[in-house]
Amino acid sequence: MMQKRLVRNIIWLVVLCVISFGVGVIALCVGSGGIMLKDIPSILFSAGDSAAYSILIDIRLPRILLGFGVGGALSLAGVILQAMFRNPLVEPYTLGISGGAALGACLAIVLNLAALCGAWCLPVSGFLGACVVIMAVYFLAVRKHAMNTRDLLLAGVMISFICSSLVMLVMAVSRAEELHGIIFWIMGSLEEPDILLVRIALVVAVLSLAASYFFCLDLNALTLGEEEAAHLGVSVENTKRMLFLITCVATGFSVSVAGVIGFVGLVVPHVMRLSFGNDHRFLLVASWVGGGAFLVLCDTVARIIISPLELPVGVITGILGGGVFIYVVGRKPAMAGDR
Amino acid sequence: MLEIRNLTCSYDSGFAIRNINLTVEQGEIVGIIGPNGCGKTTLLRAITGILKPQQGSVLLEKQDMARMSARDIARKIAVVSQNSEPAFLSVEEFVLLGRIPHFRKYQFFESKEDREIALEAMTLTDSLRFKDHPVECISGGEQQLALFARALAQRPKLMLLDEPTAHLDITHQSGMLDLVRKFNRKFGLTVLLVLHDLNLAAEYCHRLVLLNEGSIRKVGTPDEVIDYKIIEEVFKTVVVVEKNPLSSKPFVMIVSEEMQEKSRTYKKALP
Repeated sequence: MMQKRLVRNIIWLVVLCVISFGVGVIALCVGSGGIMLKDIPSILFSAGDSAAYSILIDIRLPRILLGFGVGGALSLAGVILQAMFRNPLVEPYTLGISGGAALGACLAIVLNLAALCGAWCLPVSGFLGACVVIMAVYFLAVRKHAMNTRDLLLAGVMISFICSSLVMLVMAVSRAEELHGIIFWIMGSLEEPDILLVRIALVVAVLSLAASYFFCLDLNALTLGEEEAAHLGVSVENTKRMLFLITCVATGFSVSVAGVIGFVGLVVPHVMRLSFGNDHRFLLVASWVGGGAFLVLCDTVARIIISPLELPVGVITGILGGGVFIYVVGRKPAMAGDR
Repeated sequence: MLEIRNLTCSYDSGFAIRNINLTVEQGEIVGIIGPNGCGKTTLLRAITGILKPQQGSVLLEKQDMARMSARDIARKIAVVSQNSEPAFLSVEEFVLLGRIPHFRKYQFFESKEDREIALEAMTLTDSLRFKDHPVECISGGEQQLALFARALAQRPKLMLLDEPTAHLDITHQSGMLDLVRKFNRKFGLTVLLVLHDLNLAAEYCHRLVLLNEGSIRKVGTPDEVIDYKIIEEVFKTVVVVEKNPLSSKPFVMIVSEEMQEKSRTYKKALP
């Protein structure tokens, strides 16, 4: 029976990877460039100076890679945090990371730091904002060398609120063109002209998956509760700390590069749980792959639905994700982490 | 096997257990009894290392447990506690979690041997028949069996049970403790368990530890500890202690207030 379950999970995982690859290929093929599907192989294998080649490789491919990186990182962070807090409503942004990053980026726009440090200004200031918030949340939640997950959650939610109020304050006093920049950043987008940032986001996402995989058994034990996990030989405090660090790094980098793209980290882990159960040995990888595919799919829809204009990808993740979520959960009542 | 030396631990709330000295020998079943809030569970948590000692030490096979890693401890001590949270696992997956402390470094999947050990644990505890059911959907008695099977899958030297008979009917109460006795006799499993029911404790344990207000009141055989004077003093309840006619173990009967009054008037009426 156990072997059967293993085999079934592996098959699911392979299917998921194939679907993700398919999504990637579709995302590469469709768009406003007017490139025909049948021409794509010949364009890809021809020498790289045609306009079509440059659209595919320099514009669409980085966007797809960033989608996989950001979607994977967010949904990985979501699955880890939901297991750690044993709370199905937690998502990567619950800990205030997005609020901090938004505030950082917002200040950078208003103070016109872009004039000082160029294109990297927004990602860097967003990342700094996220770091400040994470540290504040962490020190609020750590007492006597022990990290209290309930305090962590409360501190995160409260700091999120404070940050979003501050963002509104900044928006209220800023000029119209700055306001546009701020709103655009907060809505999130996978359009990133700097290929180096795309690479960094992708590498961070892969590394977070690799690092968190060392804790997959600890996560399985943690679903029974912290004390039970300790009885099973998990050093709970260390594990929580490391997982907190991993999720913060993964989320922080994603938010800094792509802005606040909601819902991926909440919905994808739940949908994956329905097919993989609570076994994090599969769930971590599945959420990572599934999150990436989901975000790339949403981004593709956002690109083509009112082409040549573009919708913010967050609109699509919300509508598509929420719809799928309600449908799936409506069919199957048991949710992970539910009490 | 287990030696507790002058142990003092406390919670932030101020509650503490003080100066606990206790030795558990290999192959013993030792029961911890006492009124609500006397520190029974606290003592168990101190032994598992979840609560760090402020003074004194706990030695497991002559090794100071403060210097052992959580993993090393979990290889030797298994805990059956009542505060497991629902995890949406099948019973089999749940039992297999007991093998985690024995996984090698960078081993993520259970080996054939792990599966066999889990299977054996489920067979011995008669939990094999519901191995594919979700843990949340089986009855309280069956959950207790699954917990016990998981603890057995850890292949522990010492097993700690926190009120294994709570919320069970007498069939499952005796079934659970018979199982404990069986493993104790057959495999020499050393057991330390917290029990609320004095009669069950007297019937099944080799020795009893009576706790009161955070320190040990008395340690000894059931006959020595279950004495009506001691029980009345610690539990502040009037009791009558008799012998079980078959096992000749002590048996505690409570005396209701009404009954006490009746016997008083009856005594007064006597010349």
